[in-house]
Amino acid sequence: MIASETELRSLMRASLDGDAAAYRAVLDRLSLYLRAYYRGKLHRAGRSPSEAEDLVQDTLIAIHTRRHTYDVDQPFTPWAQAIARYKLIDHLRRTRTAMSNVPIEDAGDLEAQDDHAGVESTYDLDRLLAKLPEKMRRAIRFVKLDGLSVAEAASRTGMSESAIKVSVHRGLKALASAISQGRGR
Amino acid sequence: MRTNELIEMLSTNIEPTDHGRLKRGLGLAAALGTGAALCVALLSLGVRPDLHNHGVLGFLFLKVAFGAGIVVLAGWLLTKVARPGGETRARPWVAATPFLGVMLLAAFSLASAPSSHWDRMLVGHMWLECLVSIPIIGVLPFAVLVWAVRRFAAPTDLVRTGALVGMAAGGISAIGYALNCMDDSVPFVALWYGGTIAFCTLAGALLGPRLLRW
Repeated sequence: MIASETELRSLMRASLDGDAAAYRAVLDRLSLYLRAYYRGKLHRAGRSPSEAEDLVQDTLIAIHTRRHTYDVDQPFTPWAQAIARYKLIDHLRRTRTAMSNVPIEDAGDLEAQDDHAGVESTYDLDRLLAKLPEKMRRAIRFVKLDGLSVAEAASRTGMSESAIKVSVHRGLKALASAISQGRGR
Repeated sequence: MRTNELIEMLSTNIEPTDHGRLKRGLGLAAALGTGAALCVALLSLGVRPDLHNHGVLGFLFLKVAFGAGIVVLAGWLLTKVARPGGETRARPWVAATPFLGVMLLAAFSLASAPSSHWDRMLVGHMWLECLVSIPIIGVLPFAVLVWAVRRFAAPTDLVRTGALVGMAAGGISAIGYALNCMDDSVPFVALWYGGTIAFCTLAGALLGPRLLRW
């Protein structure tokens, strides 16, 4: 089930205006597309499909932290595809030597868990979060994981609302860069 | 980490997005870079002493306009290319138009002058200073623009983006250098200004894939 351009585009416009449900729908649909895309491409590049889920998550985070670069007057699909392709090329280039001797049986093992709803990457969120400064970690935990509102998180931590927003924003960027440098495993 | 958990995390409590962020970020960087380049040029080279002479302001204007035209054009293309997939919406040959324009003007200027003057018109007095100064003054605006692209943009064609960043930095630098440059001939501007800015563009294209990864 791949959503149509018109649908994705209107969902993405709503997302950029702050509609969380629309944004979830966009990311959900994109994750299906990305998973299929990366599995196919990695397979053709002779790589293990277990790398696919890392790439899916890497790309979702990139889409999130760079979502302001989507020009709402332009089609959405080419924008998302360009990021997917960029992240694939970057990944292949970065792991060229490191992954050149992956045993074939490993690929088979991991392929078996592919069709589950909650596909897992090798990233460990707790370990990634542990590397962040205290403020960012607490802000992300309260606002992004526990779902508290910014105001609630502010009163619990004694930080101002704008400081919470900034910490969440910077924290996600730091997570993204930790992941894209392969430090999250 | 499960992908649906990640999606949950990313979509919880999202803030409305600021649509103008990329353009404003790049614009701010261009302004900062221009300020920095002008400071460096004025402090190291100063302003030419013969500003009151006849025709000098016209040539100064021509050089500044050439540099500014390049900056505006490269900046405009950059706001397209710095977005994912934007390289398919920007035509690279557009970037060559100011160079072609000034070469055409230079050809007219040479054609209307006796050939014994050509040597002086092309080489001028300070070609070496021009050749060295424009790339050096361009380093600061280049660094500021690279920072802005990394922070505000998401280019998927790093060679082309790097080239445009180099071209914009070269154009900014040429504006700064023009304040001091005493070689007043169109062929000189076409050859040495055009050539050094083209060099900055090439350097940017080579450095882009290293510096602009995200």
